[in-house]
Amino acid sequence: MDSLISAASVVAAGLSIGLAAIGPGIGQGTAAASAVEAIARQPESENSVRGMLLLSLAFMEALTIYGLVVALSVLFANPFTS
Amino acid sequence: MYLFNLTNTSLLLSDVSVGVHYYWNIGGFTVHGQVFIIIWLVVFFLLALALIGTSKIERIPGSAQNFVEIILETTTDIAKNQIGESLYRPWIPFISTLFLFILGCNWAGALLPLKLFEIPAGELASPTNDINTTVALALLVSIFYFYGGLRKKGLGYFKRYVQPTPILLPINILEDFTKPLSLSFRLFGNILADELTVTVLTMLVPLLIPLPIMCLGFFASSVQALIFSTLAAAYIAEAVETH
Repeated sequence: MDSLISAASVVAAGLSIGLAAIGPGIGQGTAAASAVEAIARQPESENSVRGMLLLSLAFMEALTIYGLVVALSVLFANPFTS
Repeated sequence: MYLFNLTNTSLLLSDVSVGVHYYWNIGGFTVHGQVFIIIWLVVFFLLALALIGTSKIERIPGSAQNFVEIILETTTDIAKNQIGESLYRPWIPFISTLFLFILGCNWAGALLPLKLFEIPAGELASPTNDINTTVALALLVSIFYFYGGLRKKGLGYFKRYVQPTPILLPINILEDFTKPLSLSFRLFGNILADELTVTVLTMLVPLLIPLPIMCLGFFASSVQALIFSTLAAAYIAEAVETH
């Protein structure tokens, strides 16, 4: 493997997972805050709120995972190396 | 294919092997053998569970029948909540199979000590951490929602591409490609991420520290199974609903 390509791949992998974690991190924080607020207002709705929260957290998590998939393919299955 | 060899710096306790497979040649096709072994195990387990649960059906269910009935109720709820009261019944088998198969595959990787068994190349892990498995499942969902829509509405199904306005036609067509893409990547990435995190942590600290991450992976893999089947049901609902 060309050393320039491997250096660029490692930097790209770090950047892709790091940048992909920003947005979902903020989003998950907002969602969790709203869920806590909802439960504080209506404690009897805790079960349904928890289900919805977990489902939507997993959706947001998926965005980071896309970044992770890019990072992994750059590290382990790099198309630019012969 | 280039593989980062991380074992040099650690105690050879475990090994990260992404992209190493145990190849089988079956009828001119090269398949990933380690995936097949675990899939057969999972399918065998699910079939055995179903047969034991339904072999002696009684009015007052025994423990096995009761257990299987609880599972069926859970998966029926997934289909019912998404597709709706009037249309959900024919889709129960598909949604239930998807949910149980993915849950079985994920938990096979999270619960069974598969790394203890040596195979000639690669290592045994969840079948869902191979992109081929998840893409196959996602394409199956695509085929089924097209089938459901065409069967329900005939060729009128394609009218939804120009609704609400024909300007959205490219986006609506693109959606048919992004649906299986996101479905497959979500499942694949989550399961692979769980297994990699556990492997890397085990390389750093072999005892006790990876345990919470393993529990998180166990929980996350069940949530991923739920999400995959919920989304499949939602896509089918979108295709079969009538306005």
